[in-house]
Amino acid sequence: MPDAQRKADTVHGTLAVALVVSLACSSLVASAAVMLKPRQIANAVLDVRRNILEVAGLMDPSREVDELYERIEARVIDFDTGSYVEDVDPEAFDPLEAAKDPERSVLVPSDIDRARVGRRAKLGLVYLLRSEGEVTRIILPVSGYGLWSTMYGFLALEPDGNTIIDLTFYAHGETPGLGDFVSKPDWRERWRGKRAFDSDGNLRIEIVKGRVADEDPLAEHRVDGVSGATLTGNGVSNLLRYWLGDHGYGPYLRRVRRGDDA
Amino acid sequence: MSSAAKRALIEPIVDDNPVTLHVLGICSALAVTTSLLPSLYMCLALTFVAAFANAAVSTIRHVLPSSIRIIVQMTIIASLVIVVDQSLEAFAFETSRELSVFVGLIITNCIVLGRTESFASKNPVGVSFLDGIGNGLGYSLILILVASTRELLGAGTLLGYTIFATVAEGGSFNPNGLMLLPPSAFFVIGLIIWAVRSWKPEQVEKPEFQIHEVHRTEAL
Repeated sequence: MPDAQRKADTVHGTLAVALVVSLACSSLVASAAVMLKPRQIANAVLDVRRNILEVAGLMDPSREVDELYERIEARVIDFDTGSYVEDVDPEAFDPLEAAKDPERSVLVPSDIDRARVGRRAKLGLVYLLRSEGEVTRIILPVSGYGLWSTMYGFLALEPDGNTIIDLTFYAHGETPGLGDFVSKPDWRERWRGKRAFDSDGNLRIEIVKGRVADEDPLAEHRVDGVSGATLTGNGVSNLLRYWLGDHGYGPYLRRVRRGDDA
Repeated sequence: MSSAAKRALIEPIVDDNPVTLHVLGICSALAVTTSLLPSLYMCLALTFVAAFANAAVSTIRHVLPSSIRIIVQMTIIASLVIVVDQSLEAFAFETSRELSVFVGLIITNCIVLGRTESFASKNPVGVSFLDGIGNGLGYSLILILVASTRELLGAGTLLGYTIFATVAEGGSFNPNGLMLLPPSAFFVIGLIIWAVRSWKPEQVEKPEFQIHEVHRTEAL
């Protein structure tokens, strides 16, 4: 055994090596994280925009995301009244940031918070797509807890505030290969044309276990589940129930349905 | 290049391949090979980690206390993997989403720890670095073969470019959906191992036991 090796095997040697290795590795990791942060944030912003375009049906890989994004009109709404707020700049407003600030957010009552939203900002963002002046799609940011993680996504509705066009999640930590179906194209297909509310205005939308039977009277409110990902599916049902409900976008959607331009 | 260096670099590609001979690193070979592009990033990531982890462990091999040997190796590997993961998120965002946890799982990839423990802790820095690259290339070769097969037969494309137009797109190719599911990676790797061992019979393992031939009279 070489001298160096014998010296390394003492308690002092062991501690010294452990300390030096830990310091070297942690500074490597920390500097990589700090230096790459700006690029990662820029990527994340771009990815959110890409997902908005995706549910808006505008995504075109051959064109720049920022250029396509100009067609999207972001508006700030007040959750309580459901009306638009004009004196807050939607570009500068971050609902996730605002939700952390007790001044600018409210606690979701625990009896309706099955999606574990926790705190919700008092103001929210909606994205509108217009065609010749008329709103053709309403895009709502939604979030909630699945099996392992909070999932963040976008729900696109027809201007009737009821018929679903699309639902996708852009950030989540669900099981790869199972729960991550919430960001896959064939999952999004399942939502097309489903209705969130019944004719009496009751919130009905949910994911069922297995397939929705053809003769099911509530078929238009029910979406096929994915076997092996029941809890992720329940999370999606819960978060839609919350965000489309009275504590979420409910008041806003009622105004939309009445045709008030808020 | 000395013959030892050449051996360290070339041998793991076919003769001492980590996947086909040692059957290591199968987990990621299964998970990321549905299409070629994420597999290529995975290959780059693993080769980078294997090479630099080997070099780092080899550098400190004389002062590395044997009692904390493995944990130090894991710390080095884990740090390198985090750097790779962060870089992918910064420079190849879409692919990093697709690879999700599997880049992080390089930490537990048996190939990397296997090489630092069995090779780098006993050999000089240069040749250890080359050994890491060689093993990375050996892994990459198999991953690329599996991913190309799966993407081509499962979707009719390579790197997203259409090679065979599928029936759904109005062509004549009927894609094999099984190829997009994890079990197909087992089949493809199995076929590759079979092919390699037919070509190089010395890689065939000795059977652990032999079925004893029983004579009819004995059985009665």
